[in-house]
Amino acid sequence: MHLYPTRSLLALVVLGMLAIAVGCRGGDSSRELILATTTSTQDSGLLEVLIPRFEAESDIHVKVIAVGSGAAMEMGQRGDADVLLVHAPAAEEEFVAAGYGVERARVMYNDFVIVGPPSDPAGVAGAADAAAALAKIAASRSTFMSRGDHSGTHAKEQALWAAAGLDVPRGRSWYQETGQGMGATLTISAEKEGYTLTDRSTWLAAGDQERLPITVEGDPRLFNVYHVIVVNPDRHPKVNAQGARRFRAFLLQQDTLREIGEFGRAQYGQPLFTPDPA
Amino acid sequence: MDLFWEAFREAWRLLSTGDGDVYGITARTAAITGTSTAVSMLIGIPSGLGLALGRFPGQRTLVAFANAGTGMPPVVAGLFVSMLLWRSGLFGGLRLIYTPTAIVFAQTIIATPVIAAITAAAVMALPPSLHLQIRAMGAGRLQYLWLVAREARLPILVAVMAGFGAVISEVGASMMVGGNLAGETRVLTTAAVLEVSKGSFGTALAFGLILVAVTVAVSLALTAVQQSARRR
Repeated sequence: MHLYPTRSLLALVVLGMLAIAVGCRGGDSSRELILATTTSTQDSGLLEVLIPRFEAESDIHVKVIAVGSGAAMEMGQRGDADVLLVHAPAAEEEFVAAGYGVERARVMYNDFVIVGPPSDPAGVAGAADAAAALAKIAASRSTFMSRGDHSGTHAKEQALWAAAGLDVPRGRSWYQETGQGMGATLTISAEKEGYTLTDRSTWLAAGDQERLPITVEGDPRLFNVYHVIVVNPDRHPKVNAQGARRFRAFLLQQDTLREIGEFGRAQYGQPLFTPDPA
Repeated sequence: MDLFWEAFREAWRLLSTGDGDVYGITARTAAITGTSTAVSMLIGIPSGLGLALGRFPGQRTLVAFANAGTGMPPVVAGLFVSMLLWRSGLFGGLRLIYTPTAIVFAQTIIATPVIAAITAAAVMALPPSLHLQIRAMGAGRLQYLWLVAREARLPILVAVMAGFGAVISEVGASMMVGGNLAGETRVLTTAAVLEVSKGSFGTALAFGLILVAVTVAVSLALTAVQQSARRR
């Protein structure tokens, strides 16, 4: 009984694969743009407003890949994305200095806030100094949920621990890493009654404001700024540099900035981002 | 409990109004998982027959691989396909990353071992006398394969159902290789995950309910086929 897949069966499989190959269209590479961005721009709903406008205006199809800022820059470094919209300034400067990105430009800002349970076990409500607040959270061993995912928010959190003169308390029982996006981390923090650092826009759009009110805001160190970066086409010839530049210009044009400034005002009573090109 | 009622109402509202591209997402899910299951059948059933009937070196090892492959974690399949299809990957030039085709590739890796392993087990369980009978009738090689598959048709349908179940429920691979792009690669599972991250649990559960409904409907249809095949 020597039986191997016969030729006709093989032919059937090949036919099936061909049918699929025909079904997929590669498309014109200049009409397609991969935008790697942070979870906050997607979870807040901003991109759902901006992207259709850009697509209508430019006839370029945008594929939005929402990951942390760290992962977005990783994609840019490998040439797997064309343009980035990220919020981790220190890492971005290194990224540009290393020649992975060009034409970095500021688009908008909002701020980070520290949110926590209404019972406020660390007694930080109303504090003006974010680093001092983290020190108090550590001293009282109150639950703190970290993103732990190399996102822009995670980078900011690490910088705040450093500003407080503390090592990042990894491995401590009260310090937990979700490894997930901002929306998911807010949900987990509300359930576990922990503090967490969040950008204001995701907290307003996806957070539970009653169970997780703002405890610390207004510290200049909590400034959260978003930059657009074009992936360096000299390093990766497959990158759609023309489309990336077009998207960069679109973000910085007057009517887009006005729309960013209005986004969320009707629904949340305040804009989620403040346009600030520079 | 309020959340559950809200979810049911939201599911009903989405289904009756077609808001949130719910029909598009459902149709796309059906098309992608249907294609993945079909391709996995085309590869998995012949492979299962070959594994059960062939006599060749390394056969036992291959059966063990197929059995182990039934537990293929979707995220591993997704990562593997991503690394091949990213622009920086081996097949980056095909520009297939973040397309439905990429999802079909990843899901085929998930479902094929399931179908092959169950098919092989079903064929191995056939009574040995059957093979003698079929050969005594003077069947050619293709006829022989066809008759054996026919005898094992009920468990082979179970294999197809298991393969379909594996791909319609997975989210890790679809998210990674598809990118969850609205109107393109957003399927029911990734749509539900996105709604959860947005904090819209009602909408998320609504997508979940639709997903369960699709799975149940397909399983019922396949079971009906199976039972009618039994009566024949």
